[in-house]
Amino acid sequence: MIGIEHYLVVSSILFVMGVLGIFLNRKNVIIILMAIELILLAVNINLVAFSVFLGDLTGQIFAMFVLTVAAGEAAIGLAILVIYFRGRGTIAVDDVNRMKG
Amino acid sequence: MIQLVSFYIFASIVIASAAMVIFARNPVHSVLWLIVAFFNAAGLMVLIGAEFIAMLLVIVYVGAVAVLFLFVVMMLDIDFAELRAGFVKNVPLGLLLAVVLAAELVLGIGAYQAGAVTLGTPEAGSATVSAAVPNIEAVGALLYSKYVFMFETAGLILLVAMVGAIVLTHRKSHGTRGQSISSQVQRRPEDATRNVNQPVGQGIEL
Repeated sequence: MIGIEHYLVVSSILFVMGVLGIFLNRKNVIIILMAIELILLAVNINLVAFSVFLGDLTGQIFAMFVLTVAAGEAAIGLAILVIYFRGRGTIAVDDVNRMKG
Repeated sequence: MIQLVSFYIFASIVIASAAMVIFARNPVHSVLWLIVAFFNAAGLMVLIGAEFIAMLLVIVYVGAVAVLFLFVVMMLDIDFAELRAGFVKNVPLGLLLAVVLAAELVLGIGAYQAGAVTLGTPEAGSATVSAAVPNIEAVGALLYSKYVFMFETAGLILLVAMVGAIVLTHRKSHGTRGQSISSQVQRRPEDATRNVNQPVGQGIEL
């Protein structure tokens, strides 16, 4: 029988995959953005699983809001990526030092 | 039985395609694997009766976000081979971090299974699910009543994201002829035309 633990394990593995993706592809911003999407997907699976497990719909509502923010974040992130590429001709993260931070 | 089989199929494909997102050499392939991951995650959510979120995942992620990624990946002319340099160098640290994180998560799940920590009892009937009401109806009833302000805020966030993305990427193009609405509206017949009483045998002055 499938329990909440199964879903928690799947979402944990997805989360770890996302973090691993950020660490492995440190140069490619596009892959990093996709890894962030994976992390948010793991969060969503967690929220929905607990929502069903506890019989409380609030988790699904929150999953919807997470989805909204993820969509906005992807749009803004890709827009920043596009203007950065226009100015520099590269998207390597190592070279991002324009603000001298 | 079929639920068990489908759970394992969906779960294993989600995880495998998430791995492919990270390890694929070509970012276009990464985006396509991301789409596979989202589809199967939607399957996982349908399996536990959250149809609305599952459809939202397919529509928003596959229909909008993944296509956006695909456009950007194809639009930018990037030397991806050069970007992958140093991939091997980062593997040990990344793997270490992943193992630590996974161990922590397993520990957390184990602690959860060992026995619940009582944080108090939830209020009775705050947002409980009734089996008779369909998922979409229940979500809608909750979303438009208790969480209506958060719903509106989500709309505002999307508006800000849209305006921000347009402002960031919009380029004023030179050398194109645009319309000047105000001068068009202000134009009157007496400014633009004149009546001439033309004598016979003379040329007309334009």
